[in-house]
Amino acid sequence: MKLQKATRCALFAILELAGDPGRQMSAHEIAEKYGISTNHLAKVLRSLGRAGLLEAVRGAGGGYRFSGSVKRTTLLDVIQLFETIDPLARGEREDGDGTPGGGALCQVLTEIEDIARATFASISLETMLKLVDKKG
Amino acid sequence: MPEILMRGGDSAYTLRTATHGDIAQVAAIDVSITGIEKPGYWEDIHDRYVRQPAADPGLAHLNRLFLCACQGEQVIGFIVGEIRAWEFGSPPCGWVFAIGINRDVRTRYVGQTLFQAVCDSFRQAGVTTIRTMLARDNTLAMSFFRSQGMMAGPFIQLEMELAAP
Repeated sequence: MKLQKATRCALFAILELAGDPGRQMSAHEIAEKYGISTNHLAKVLRSLGRAGLLEAVRGAGGGYRFSGSVKRTTLLDVIQLFETIDPLARGEREDGDGTPGGGALCQVLTEIEDIARATFASISLETMLKLVDKKG
Repeated sequence: MPEILMRGGDSAYTLRTATHGDIAQVAAIDVSITGIEKPGYWEDIHDRYVRQPAADPGLAHLNRLFLCACQGEQVIGFIVGEIRAWEFGSPPCGWVFAIGINRDVRTRYVGQTLFQAVCDSFRQAGVTTIRTMLARDNTLAMSFFRSQGMMAGPFIQLEMELAAP
């Protein structure tokens, strides 16, 4: 499964900042670390700020810091700010969906999406940060 | 039985094997979480996971566990598990199939203590994997097990509706 670029940027930024809630970082610092576009990341950071997960710090040496809850925020909470995991469940139709073959395909794809959604919903940032530590 | 200090407070609790006298409190915690009464179920679990193993050494290899966390006479949490082997080729592994924590002590690491006690017991019995199965929409339990380090494993659960005869 592949996440959209904005979603990946958001997850990288959130994990980077949530790992040390007292720390502030600029978009440029985060972008450089993960090899992503600063301009693109700056838009993503504004979205995360509007969602209450990040707080902008003004002035010299300003940037962003984490303002959410690592225990209560899940990967799904972050992902859903940028994309949906369940377009089939929301009733989006594609060619052939009305046929028996299309219906069967929808059933299988819905099963996969349900599992993906449940997985993202069950992983808090705190749990994800433990995984990050293990990979480090 | 050593006392364990509860995280975020100064009250202490102990872990011990469930007794017949604990069953009503275990059932009450379970109903408070699931909303489902299960007449006879916890008596049966106690019989198979405590009474029978105590009476029959031949069951020792199953390492059946039914543990309670208690403050005095009050049960504040429980966990049930055992070692299962060779289901569709799976080597012996620990299974946890029930855990419940009193709402008043949630987030105070009682569940983690019970889970770690079960992990330690399985480890001492020689297994290196612990497994569970839970409803996809049971976010509370799934988040708990993931916070303990559990991930999706190599087995997948399948089911079907049985047509009426």
